[in-house]
Amino acid sequence: MPQSQSAGPRTLFEKIWQSHAVVEREDGQTLLYVDRHLVHDGSRRAFEILAERGLKMARPDCTFAVPDHYVPTTSGRSVGAIADDEARAMVTSLTRNAAEHGFTLFDLGDVRQGIVHVMGPEQGVSQPGMIIVCGDSHTSTHGAVGALAWGIGSSEVAHVLATQTLWQRKPRTLRVTIDGTLGPGIAAKDVILAIIARIGAAGGVGHAIEYAGSAIRALPVEGRLTICNMSIEAGARAGLIAPDDATCQYLAGRPYAPKGAQWDQALAYWRSLPSDPAARFDREVSLDAADIAPMVTWGNSPEDAAPISARVPDPAAYDNVERRDAVRRALDYMGLTPGTPLADIAVDRVFIGSCTNSRLDDLRAAATVANGRKVAAGVHAMVVPGSELIREAAEAEGLDRIFRAAGFEWRAAGCSMCVGVNGDLVAAGQRCASTSNRNFVGRQGPGARTHLVSPAMAAAAAVTGRFTDVRRLLAN
Amino acid sequence: MQAFKNLDAVAAPIARPNVDTDQIVPARYLRKPRNAGFGNFLFHDLRLDKDGRERDFILNKPSYRDAKIIVAERNFGCGSSREAAVYALWDYGIRAVVAPSFGDIFFGNSLVNGLLLVVLPAAAVTALIGALEAKPGARMGVDLAAQTVTGADGKTYRFEIDAYRKRCMLEGLDELAFTLSQRDAIKAFEARHATEMPWV
Repeated sequence: MPQSQSAGPRTLFEKIWQSHAVVEREDGQTLLYVDRHLVHDGSRRAFEILAERGLKMARPDCTFAVPDHYVPTTSGRSVGAIADDEARAMVTSLTRNAAEHGFTLFDLGDVRQGIVHVMGPEQGVSQPGMIIVCGDSHTSTHGAVGALAWGIGSSEVAHVLATQTLWQRKPRTLRVTIDGTLGPGIAAKDVILAIIARIGAAGGVGHAIEYAGSAIRALPVEGRLTICNMSIEAGARAGLIAPDDATCQYLAGRPYAPKGAQWDQALAYWRSLPSDPAARFDREVSLDAADIAPMVTWGNSPEDAAPISARVPDPAAYDNVERRDAVRRALDYMGLTPGTPLADIAVDRVFIGSCTNSRLDDLRAAATVANGRKVAAGVHAMVVPGSELIREAAEAEGLDRIFRAAGFEWRAAGCSMCVGVNGDLVAAGQRCASTSNRNFVGRQGPGARTHLVSPAMAAAAAVTGRFTDVRRLLAN
Repeated sequence: MQAFKNLDAVAAPIARPNVDTDQIVPARYLRKPRNAGFGNFLFHDLRLDKDGRERDFILNKPSYRDAKIIVAERNFGCGSSREAAVYALWDYGIRAVVAPSFGDIFFGNSLVNGLLLVVLPAAAVTALIGALEAKPGARMGVDLAAQTVTGADGKTYRFEIDAYRKRCMLEGLDELAFTLSQRDAIKAFEARHATEMPWV
């Protein structure tokens, strides 16, 4: 097991950081070793940089890839059927690079294909105590199993490909503690939206967030993945949750998890990872789980989130000029009138999917609401599982039949309408209840109006045609 | 990477917070090759409507067309890790962005591409934006060695920058070449790591 490099109580983050420091420079930069490098079909530029410099990959054996951004989600899909030449080239370049460099690829047609941040934990590739990076900002997701994971740009991806390391300045630490019990119908998505609404979209800039407290410990790994996923939406590159029994049980038996004697060795190490009781964080924030209601965003930043019982804010009510202007611009783009109850806003589209909310638990939560109901007239709703394995598991328990019977489209795995580069877009002016992570201007297509919600809230919006407190439907 | 040269250039105020990288370059352009001229995609959907007509956006105004500096509010470059956001700013001609805070991933991407990000307190940024809005098309100065920004009203603000970042920018240092020179240290770490965590 790694030696403790500094005396005194340490946080989970510090333990992982210190055990991966290759070189520490006087100017404050640390060269960190990367245990797992995840690659997807948007990573082409990094391989070009590698080729331009005549470099080889350092650790293809620690690199796992999957196409997700540009793949179609329609049934009977194939690479050849991607109509857009440039989009198809993104997917084929990943296949070519995997063959050339020899890293593991779960290509289109493989049942392990899915969203890269779903694949990692699902395959047991992502493990506690690891440093994991990927050329995608939602790499923070993997922190849910107790790893230190963050998103990087193409040049940094090329740096990892060539050296298996990255230079980093140590971020500050922020602990977000949520104690208490979440009410019925309240999902991990509501928790993270409530956190972002509290600390702001820049609240975590320069920090690694550790989520703690009884409400976090009570969440299954799936829900923890949702929380850590949106750390970047709070401005934090990384979010972590201490590994515990739930984490170990989740990983046991997964294809790339340690086996036999190594499993016992790994387990002993994982148990040593949680922050020491006396460890100090640079900042602390706490929320009471009982105060968290189903959340809906109304603006163009994930910080623009409010409980379903709230109304669209009035820009005039803000003293701060910057905030007033931002709210006015957001309401203009979103086509919303100040004072409108969020529960009166009608939707055109519903998207259940993305690396935030496309796991089996998410689909079950949505199916519970959809079961025996019908998608409202004029609403187009679709469900995109996070991986083909999840799609198969959902079909094995009949979730696809529930969704189809209710009038939802049931698709194949990929990033889909979260980012829209595969052609799954929301039309200009249309309003979408989405379980994804970004309600940015144009994120789901030029002019598209995105409201972020939990899977259960998305299903509730689908069957009622407007944002609805899902607790009302669950009570029936 | 090009070494940073001091700037005396037109500065465009983008007086809004949370300018995300989806706005800086929409996702549909990420499939383009690096030499596609990403400057044309910069703020594409803010600059142009669906028919390609210019919208009322600051970089469309004649006095700002040669801007090399952007001054924005908090959390500029938040969101997606797309390095194309930096390519778009760079190809358009932007060489420095001043804001109270930046997205962490965008911050890292800017460094390796020679785009200088200057962090100043929110009050200073508000003052810089105010001075620019009072004199559309005005110039600002950025002196990296002295760590100062000079506003359109002649007022100078000192900024902090990490010593490593400053040196990389001033000398146009290549981070990857430096890391490759550390191969022995990396190999030694790898051997130790494999003993300590054999399951990894």
